[in-house]
Amino acid sequence: MEDGSKPVRIGIEGVSYSLAHVPDLVRYGSKPLRELRANPALGEKLANHLRDFNSAIAYAPHQVYIGNIPPEKLHELPWPWYEKLIEGATAAGRFGSLVDQNRFYTLLAGADQFALVSFEERWFHDRATKASPRRAPRLRSLAEIQALCAKGALPLHSGAQLVGVFEAGHAEDASLAAEVLLENLAAKVTASHALRSALDQVGLDSGEIDYVISCSEEAVGDRYNRGGGNLAKAIAEDVGCGNASGCDVKAFCAGPMYAMVQGASLIQAGVAEKVAVVAGGSLAKLGMKFESHLKNNMPVLEDVLGSFAVILSSATPNQPCMRLDSAAFHPVRAGAAPQAMAEYLAEKPLARMGMKLTDVDRYAVELHNPEITVPSGSGDVPRTNYLTLAALAVMRGLIEKKEMADFVRARGMLGYAPTQGHIPSAIVYLGHALDALRSSAIRNALFIAKGSLFLGRMTQLSDGCSFLLDRNDC
Amino acid sequence: MFKGKKIIAIGERDGVPGPVIAECLEGAGYEVVFQATECFV
Repeated sequence: MEDGSKPVRIGIEGVSYSLAHVPDLVRYGSKPLRELRANPALGEKLANHLRDFNSAIAYAPHQVYIGNIPPEKLHELPWPWYEKLIEGATAAGRFGSLVDQNRFYTLLAGADQFALVSFEERWFHDRATKASPRRAPRLRSLAEIQALCAKGALPLHSGAQLVGVFEAGHAEDASLAAEVLLENLAAKVTASHALRSALDQVGLDSGEIDYVISCSEEAVGDRYNRGGGNLAKAIAEDVGCGNASGCDVKAFCAGPMYAMVQGASLIQAGVAEKVAVVAGGSLAKLGMKFESHLKNNMPVLEDVLGSFAVILSSATPNQPCMRLDSAAFHPVRAGAAPQAMAEYLAEKPLARMGMKLTDVDRYAVELHNPEITVPSGSGDVPRTNYLTLAALAVMRGLIEKKEMADFVRARGMLGYAPTQGHIPSAIVYLGHALDALRSSAIRNALFIAKGSLFLGRMTQLSDGCSFLLDRNDC
Repeated sequence: MFKGKKIIAIGERDGVPGPVIAECLEGAGYEVVFQATECFV
């Protein structure tokens, strides 16, 4: 392999991944909320198909997500994963943890600075002994909570029990409606949880972070500036990163990749020394495919909020690094065809470094869990992406057509991420990639993410961003 | 044979995008009344 450019490497000090299991918030996902309003009788059916926390812990894709099982092992595990649960699985993982709903509610109360969320006092005291919030929660009687719900506030449940309420931030501002603020606060607390976990893992004091980039999906703002932003700074404050500021980077599902490139660029430019790239979970995407799961008599598998945090700093010898000089973007002129994506996000940047498609040991693409998407007719998204790369390799004469399946098997993996948009988009593999690079199981990994810009109705274009990870052996 | 027939084209991000389908159908004589690309994840 001939290296055609001078490598620019940025270190990855640590990465953490967490999942908050919130079955009783599935009803507030965008799709369930709409369908349940149209057909309230669906509520009981939905409730009957929700998983308990132990089932969520022992779900193989979740164990891969938090780092207890390498993605390569998924091939060996029997389907359906939601029935063939992992014996002895734990909520604590090598990269992070699964958090139960009670703990999530406590985090929510602890991060609320505007008295948005209240819990029923007896219920809260009964369970608060397990996890005390950092900020005193607003507690109310059940009658008060019922009265607020009757006025339009959002009820919070634990199973069938009404245990809390989430209020709007403004009576007339749709950007500050209870549903919107619940999404935003959920993103904030899950991102904060992931960042705390990342700092703990690498033994870093929160004061050492000087820049935080949030690539969460939520548009935080008010009616005059719906996407006003800087959830990053709210997360930095919540985690105690007193010396940091930051900003948000948004590009639909490709947001995390852009955030990584921009964070690395700040370090390379000497603007910041330690950058945290963080994302919280997307509450809007809970239960997105719930109808097909009900139809197939499956549990509703989109019941978790995914989050991650990455700590970037200068490169260290012999450690896995991000090749900043490999960063590639999908230009406007490239058009929206999947082949053009593969050319601009894989073939061309690799060629710039003197590499071919077959010089990449592992590709991280959109790693959506197929067990969630296939029943709804959305297909096996990672497999489609891997086949596109394999087909391009055939077209370039790098492999034979009959070798496409081997290409996919050897250089790809099964999807294991919840359908949380930004979370599955390549970045979910970073923790396992670091492990595989450290153990020399792979020499490199190319991360490729796409963004569906057309969904915002401002352009017909898609988007994408990629970069290579390797080991700093120089 | 397709001339004047009205059609809606829905593409998919990881498959064939809407504008590409629309261009092919227009070439075949269809009148594309709406086209969009969707993302199902």
